[in-house]
Amino acid sequence: MSEKNTFEVGLSSDAVKHPRRIVFITRKTSAKVKEEVGPQLMSFPHVILRETIAFQFLAIVLVVLALFWDAPLEQLANPLLTPNPAKAPWYFLGLQELLHYFPPLVAGVLLPTLVVLALVVIPYFDINIEGEPLWGHRSSRRMKIYLGVFAVLFVLLALYDAWTVLVPTVLVGVFGLVPYFLPTSESRFLKFLGSQPLPWWVMTWFIAVALTLTAVGTFFRGPGWSWVWPWS
Amino acid sequence: MATTDWTHQRLEQLRQTRVWRSIFRRGPARTNRTRSLAVFGNFALHTLPVKVREKSLSVRATYYLGSISFFLFVVLTITGVLLMFYYHPAVPDAYRDMKDLIYVVSNGVFLRNLHRLAAHAMVVAVFWHMFHVFYRGGYKPPHEFNWVIGVGLLMVTLFLSYTGYLLPWDQLAFWAITVGTNIISYVPVLGRPIRFLLLGGHIIGQNALLRFYVLHCVILPLAAVGLIGMHFWRIQKDGGITVRDDHE
Repeated sequence: MSEKNTFEVGLSSDAVKHPRRIVFITRKTSAKVKEEVGPQLMSFPHVILRETIAFQFLAIVLVVLALFWDAPLEQLANPLLTPNPAKAPWYFLGLQELLHYFPPLVAGVLLPTLVVLALVVIPYFDINIEGEPLWGHRSSRRMKIYLGVFAVLFVLLALYDAWTVLVPTVLVGVFGLVPYFLPTSESRFLKFLGSQPLPWWVMTWFIAVALTLTAVGTFFRGPGWSWVWPWS
Repeated sequence: MATTDWTHQRLEQLRQTRVWRSIFRRGPARTNRTRSLAVFGNFALHTLPVKVREKSLSVRATYYLGSISFFLFVVLTITGVLLMFYYHPAVPDAYRDMKDLIYVVSNGVFLRNLHRLAAHAMVVAVFWHMFHVFYRGGYKPPHEFNWVIGVGLLMVTLFLSYTGYLLPWDQLAFWAITVGTNIISYVPVLGRPIRFLLLGGHIIGQNALLRFYVLHCVILPLAAVGLIGMHFWRIQKDGGITVRDDHE
């Protein structure tokens, strides 16, 4: 037989006498901080059913469109007969539009590489992960930076006559300024704009430029990459 | 009503057969236990979580854009395999096969239309999916790496669509690929070697068509399947999609 225990085991329940640190949670800084899970549903049948409906909806739309919208087929490929303009697939026409303004190394290599890199590193840029509004904090200092970046972009784009990039840039830039000057506006749209963080504005600017460039390259560019109206 | 009962009974009988029970070991999915088994005991469904948050199923949470991208990939695989039956990756047979699809093959036009539409739709759906996930903050921890896989899938989607663009071997295809591959040659130092590797030569000809065909039908779809599998699996392992409070 062993000796009788000379110590006692137990947990103190007096938190004032024996404080124990479990974890600090400072605001909602991480998605890992479990929030209320909320009601849950079994994947079978709830997810399966919804996915099936989505698939059927998609299949119907695709089939109807495919019945009436014929795929184009031009003459046999002829390396000696260059069409004017020769256009890339539509999703690269934004790039082709950029090539019209900037040197090929910048528009064809540097910018696409930067865009892909920027997309990859988005989740690893921890700044502003709480989604603090752009003008929420130290707004006058931020305004100086904002106007500085805007001015540099404006001069650079104007220098290269890249006005299909300039127009959406100015538009988004001005919209970004509105909530700064009208912070107490009651309009729902302005309230929405005012609550958006910096990453939201950068992405919105990127999408606005990409959409404009793609639309212009697809519909408004003719022989020699000159401006044409799609209806003329 | 009587027929419904009859069908129901036959279905029940079928479920009791030895063959059926050898395939689906669980019983009918009437309890939460058997419903769980229906998901993780099924090869096709096992990448799904067993339970999902009700909020994450609302249409506005996702617009089902990820699912739609995947469905489009499935449609493209099926129509693509069917198109392969009628296609020779050779100059100028490829173009003649396009003519055959239009004038000879039953429903050939429809098949080609469907493949082309689904391809364009997939590019749109994948981009839209990415932007939607960004605006909803779906890239935030612990979903960082799944976002990176998603960017990879976007690249694969674009490259799939681009390699498919050359295959009809008409003027549209030829010059679109010419414009695109000329851009590659501007890459410093590596540009010309990469272009040579992609085209199998200095010009877009027979070799380029064959390389684009193999990339389009074998290499890139395999890469896509691998990445899609990882992408789906990671959603489950990272604790389901991001749901926001402000969403009702």
